[in-house]
Amino acid sequence: MAAADELAFHEFEEASNLLAETPDAATIGGSGQLTPQGHVAVTVDSGGSNGAEEEGEESDRTALLQEKPQPGLWTFGYYQTFFDVDTSQVLNRIKGSLLPWPGHNFVRHHLRNRPDLYGPFWICATLAFVLAVTGNLTLVLAQRRDPSIHYSPQFHKVTVASVTIYCYVWLVPLALWGFLRWRKRVRERVGPYTFLETVCVYGYSLFVFIPTVVLWLIPVPWLQWLFGALALALSAASLVFAFWPVVREDTRLVAAVLLSTVVLLHALLATGCKFYFFQPLPLAPLPQATSLPPNLPPPTLRPQVT
Amino acid sequence: MAKAVESSGELGTTSPRPLMRDLKAVGKKFMHVLYPRKSNTLLRDWDLWGPLILCVTLALMLQRSSVDSEQDGGPQFAEVFVIIWFGAVTITVNSKLLGGNISFFQSLCVLGYCILPLTVAMLVCRLVLLAEQGPINFMVRLFVVIVMFAWSIVASTAFLADSQPPNRKALAIYPVFLFYFVISWMILTFTPQ
Repeated sequence: MAAADELAFHEFEEASNLLAETPDAATIGGSGQLTPQGHVAVTVDSGGSNGAEEEGEESDRTALLQEKPQPGLWTFGYYQTFFDVDTSQVLNRIKGSLLPWPGHNFVRHHLRNRPDLYGPFWICATLAFVLAVTGNLTLVLAQRRDPSIHYSPQFHKVTVASVTIYCYVWLVPLALWGFLRWRKRVRERVGPYTFLETVCVYGYSLFVFIPTVVLWLIPVPWLQWLFGALALALSAASLVFAFWPVVREDTRLVAAVLLSTVVLLHALLATGCKFYFFQPLPLAPLPQATSLPPNLPPPTLRPQVT
Repeated sequence: MAKAVESSGELGTTSPRPLMRDLKAVGKKFMHVLYPRKSNTLLRDWDLWGPLILCVTLALMLQRSSVDSEQDGGPQFAEVFVIIWFGAVTITVNSKLLGGNISFFQSLCVLGYCILPLTVAMLVCRLVLLAEQGPINFMVRLFVVIVMFAWSIVASTAFLADSQPPNRKALAIYPVFLFYFVISWMILTFTPQ
């Protein structure tokens, strides 16, 4: 029985991969307007996740037959398709990004042609605020121990954090997606991911930094670097395992360069955040001496480190 | 003529009547936020006066004299204003995209009114800060802010949760949590110069 199940599972896996790569292929009949991605994925989905397989297929079939044309770019309904996720699905995707596994492709297994924008958007927002808040907290705690350090709310760091993170999660996937599409014309075999799937991978991969940033409150430097390295390893691994099936068809050089660029940019983001938000600690400015006897030379101020 | 003056809401009436009515409506909603029960008053006749008053009050109180350098200071009036309104709009758009059946302005109204506990916390914090600074001072402020933060969350959840499909409630409530957390953070880290 186990062997038969295994065979069935592999078939399912290949089928889902093939379907995912050619999203325009129809699996049910050939009736008119099919939304390219949503319902193909749903029939594949219902085999695995729901309990009653036949029930799922029935309702999908009826839904398909009553299918309306896909909403246009200017309607609200179009953007609603990117938020078509349940709580359990979002939690599932977060778990998938936290525990990367070599054969376990995040895009195929978890996204299954239904990328969402909820996860990336709110994970980035949370990370930006957590960075600003814990950076500020570090300053408070440091001032407790060493009163010469100057405390201020540093509210502008919130703006910096959010702009950096959102730009990272939009521009880097854009560049990556563009590059992969250009290579697709060269290779012409494996379909790359859509732009939204790339954004999704990046967005969910940033989740592991949220608890890491909170742990960076502990003022032990080597522990901070250890946590940072761990988080970076997990996050970069999840990215690499997601993109490996797409680049392995390409030449070795291109694949190696691409993957190392991805990891390098990620490492840059992590270290940049660590340095900007958590060190160095600004010293309190010395009080300016306003009333001095005229014959004494003016005091030299200690240089401020900010 | 006398009848027209007596009745409110008609063209040509003198102004004090509708103003009192509006103020009463705002006051009634404040009561609903302070004692949250499942009722539709906040949702049915929404208005944005209450949120505007609360937002301006909070932003004014959070303002510090900019003796400090512009870079390192706390949030300025405009920053607080933008965060509150932009945050409320984002949460509303998010909840509508997830399939909630609440209208745009109703959601803004609820989120704005539920800032009331945090505004009260800000008042209390400013009063407490007049006393001597120290760890006890900080503990008192922390306690007040945490209690008011929880109150805001409970109040807004009582009004907003029902409008979401059941398997997405947590997805819609989490941004509200983040929003009030950021405002609470701004209140807690406020230090007069």
